[in-house]
Amino acid sequence: MSRRAHVVQLTEPVSDRDHSVGPSDAPLTLLEYGDYECPYCGRAFPIVQDVRRRLGDQLRFVFRNFPLTQIHEHAEHAAEVAEAAAAQGRFWPMHDWLFPHQFALDDEALLEGAQDLKLDVERVRRELANGTYRSRVRADFSTGIKSGVNGTPTFYINGVRHDGDFSADTLMAALGEALHSSGVKHA
Amino acid sequence: MTRAANQGEPAPDFELQTSAGDRLALRSLRGAPVILAFYPADWSPVCGDQMALYNEVLPEFERYGARLLGISVDGMWCHRAFAENRKLRFPLLVDFEPKGDVARRYGVYRPGDGTSERALFVIDAAGVIRWRYVSPIAVNPGADGILEALEAIHAEVAP
Repeated sequence: MSRRAHVVQLTEPVSDRDHSVGPSDAPLTLLEYGDYECPYCGRAFPIVQDVRRRLGDQLRFVFRNFPLTQIHEHAEHAAEVAEAAAAQGRFWPMHDWLFPHQFALDDEALLEGAQDLKLDVERVRRELANGTYRSRVRADFSTGIKSGVNGTPTFYINGVRHDGDFSADTLMAALGEALHSSGVKHA
Repeated sequence: MTRAANQGEPAPDFELQTSAGDRLALRSLRGAPVILAFYPADWSPVCGDQMALYNEVLPEFERYGARLLGISVDGMWCHRAFAENRKLRFPLLVDFEPKGDVARRYGVYRPGDGTSERALFVIDAAGVIRWRYVSPIAVNPGADGILEALEAIHAEVAP
């Protein structure tokens, strides 16, 4: 086995099982492996929203779970609650609720979030207790490991790991470069 | 400066103090794969830094029967505080006196910085280096390369 190149690629392509927002044929796909309890992901959240606004239909955003359960005690259940919301067609509202609430994510708070979003709270409670989405979250984690996720958040732009920081300027520059190399002119 | 330890060569033996305060000799781990993860310093200011990430992936390493050892030039008390803070479930080795001696013997010491590189070695059950990777110092290399190397070793043992 030889030394790997510095370009690290996503091994699991984006598919129907993913949570994505934006056109599926957008020239740019930004994918994040994240942890709802991670303060760095929390910091990245408004930046990603800003980038999404700026790029509009040129960008598809995908989020996969990468809870660091040894250091963040609520991260696993937070991820499972997002999946429970997805089962009720409300993944993104829950995703958008979780990050701003990341300082209080115990089960009670998570269920309050489900209530705020008018989900079937009893179903969410039951699914959390049964670990209904645990294997789904593990599967995301596992694809992340294989793809070279090296902390949270880790971003991929059109399937290539973004090793720069996640300031809006850095992300926009990297996305602009990817857009340029994909051969699509700026709108 | 001694030459780098390369793939296919016996892993240089060492005996070092660990974050738990005991001593650990590489040769005592013969019979199972060993992952030796050199990193520049404890307390890098990110979540899910390299050691915290490996702590999460530990069950996957253990599926191959592999032992994981973190190693840096930090002292024992620093390692211990770091390991407790990050709840690390694997030992950190103290390459502190003579400073960076083991890193030098593996060819991954950075004299200007006084730390090791961010370097990974996967050593097989016979004590032979099967894979080595030196990452750009600012880039956490993740766990994918380690798992590939363990898989390759495993495929040979149990085809």
